[in-house]
Amino acid sequence: MTARPTTPPLPLPTRISIFFRLLAVQSAWNYETLVGNGIGFCVEPALRRLPGGLHGDKYRAALARESQYFNAHPYLTSVAVGALARAELDGEAPERIERFRTALCGPLGALGDRLVWATFLPLCSFTALVAFGLDASPLVTVLTFLLLYNAGHLSLRVWGLAAGWRKGLAVAQSLGHPLLQQSSPQLGKVAAVLAGLALPLAIDRIIGSSDLVLFGTLAGAIAGAVILTVLQGRAEGWKVSVGVLTAFVLYSVLR
Amino acid sequence: MNGVDIVILALLGGVLGLDTVSFPQAMLSRPIVGATIAGAFMGDAMAGLLIGATLELFAVDTLPFGASRYPEWGSASVIGGAFFAKAMTFEAGPLATSVLAALTVAWVGGWSMVQVRKLNAWWARGRHDAVASGSRQTVIGLQVAGLVADLFRGIILTAVGLAALHPLQLAALQSWGSDAPFSRAMVVGAAGAVSLGAAYKLFHAVPGFRWEFLIGLAGGVGLVVLT
Repeated sequence: MTARPTTPPLPLPTRISIFFRLLAVQSAWNYETLVGNGIGFCVEPALRRLPGGLHGDKYRAALARESQYFNAHPYLTSVAVGALARAELDGEAPERIERFRTALCGPLGALGDRLVWATFLPLCSFTALVAFGLDASPLVTVLTFLLLYNAGHLSLRVWGLAAGWRKGLAVAQSLGHPLLQQSSPQLGKVAAVLAGLALPLAIDRIIGSSDLVLFGTLAGAIAGAVILTVLQGRAEGWKVSVGVLTAFVLYSVLR
Repeated sequence: MNGVDIVILALLGGVLGLDTVSFPQAMLSRPIVGATIAGAFMGDAMAGLLIGATLELFAVDTLPFGASRYPEWGSASVIGGAFFAKAMTFEAGPLATSVLAALTVAWVGGWSMVQVRKLNAWWARGRHDAVASGSRQTVIGLQVAGLVADLFRGIILTAVGLAALHPLQLAALQSWGSDAPFSRAMVVGAAGAVSLGAAYKLFHAVPGFRWEFLIGLAGGVGLVVLT
């Protein structure tokens, strides 16, 4: 079902206000309502357009509804915020909105975790490490990472808000878009190549020493990775490293 | 490191710590960014970049999934970047000690974020009725309070980390007994192992992962040998 066409578009200042609030959607994140208060905070500028305005009963009821428990990937909360703003301004029944909110949590969390945290962020990290390994300056390395990452990050937020508003309660259709569903495996392939490329290049630049030390370190890193992979699920690699480095620092100081 | 340095670095740590989750999650808090900025502030952006890249290899293993507890890299990157830039006069040990300090702060930072989340829950519980009645002031107030609490968390964490760990680092460096290439190799080897393990964990289900990784690795080794 598509949203009713009678609802006028949100004015640009309202959309801008919602967008900037989305950047702080997780500020009040907690273990009880999760990102729920943030959703209410972000939808609020749109709710002022309900009959009665800021002091109306509809505004207060809608804000209370939108500030309850909610969970999603932070960037994809934009989809929820757009859709919920549309549903509230369309005058959808409260029970329907509440069911929609509940149903939206799982897909927005799973899609965002897979696409952003498990694929795009590591891809950007490895890209920056490749740039670093190829002797890029500090400014170029930092800009490579920030521009690439935020091109994806901000585009996702802008798209999510627009798609949510356009589709309203039917926004699930947008989440099935091939670009969202199929990009993770494709980006994963690119990230795998970049990971392989980054490792020797970055190690070479950090060590800045002879080939013997470089290839010894690379072999050690591969052996260590095999051990960490075997330990997977029982110990986190970075925590194991804290133990190893603590022992090494103590050895170097006390020897 | 003087008082002014600590104040400015603590403010930077607060801002970057805030970026981790609360605002704007633009990944300014990633080590390759945060440590480079801190290094630049201490007068050596290249040193900041070197340790930032090392810490980034560790950070690939720690992704900010939902309610899980993960290290807070914003404040930790400031500590790492500042310590390494400041300790470059020592021939051996600055990378190992700076990375260890940063990893320790990242670990404590993860714990401190959990405490802020508990504080947010406590505030929200006390204002449940006001939220349920649709109070605009309360909804916005909770959001702002969480933002401010997280900012102060990062500032305090960075300030305490700088003040407590820098003297320890200097003491360790003055009695450092391992040679420079071996010290660097230990740190980078550990970072590389973590990064490679993380890449496998994240992408092993991607069809053809092994071949794509090996193609990349061969290309990287080839570039190193050629240059």
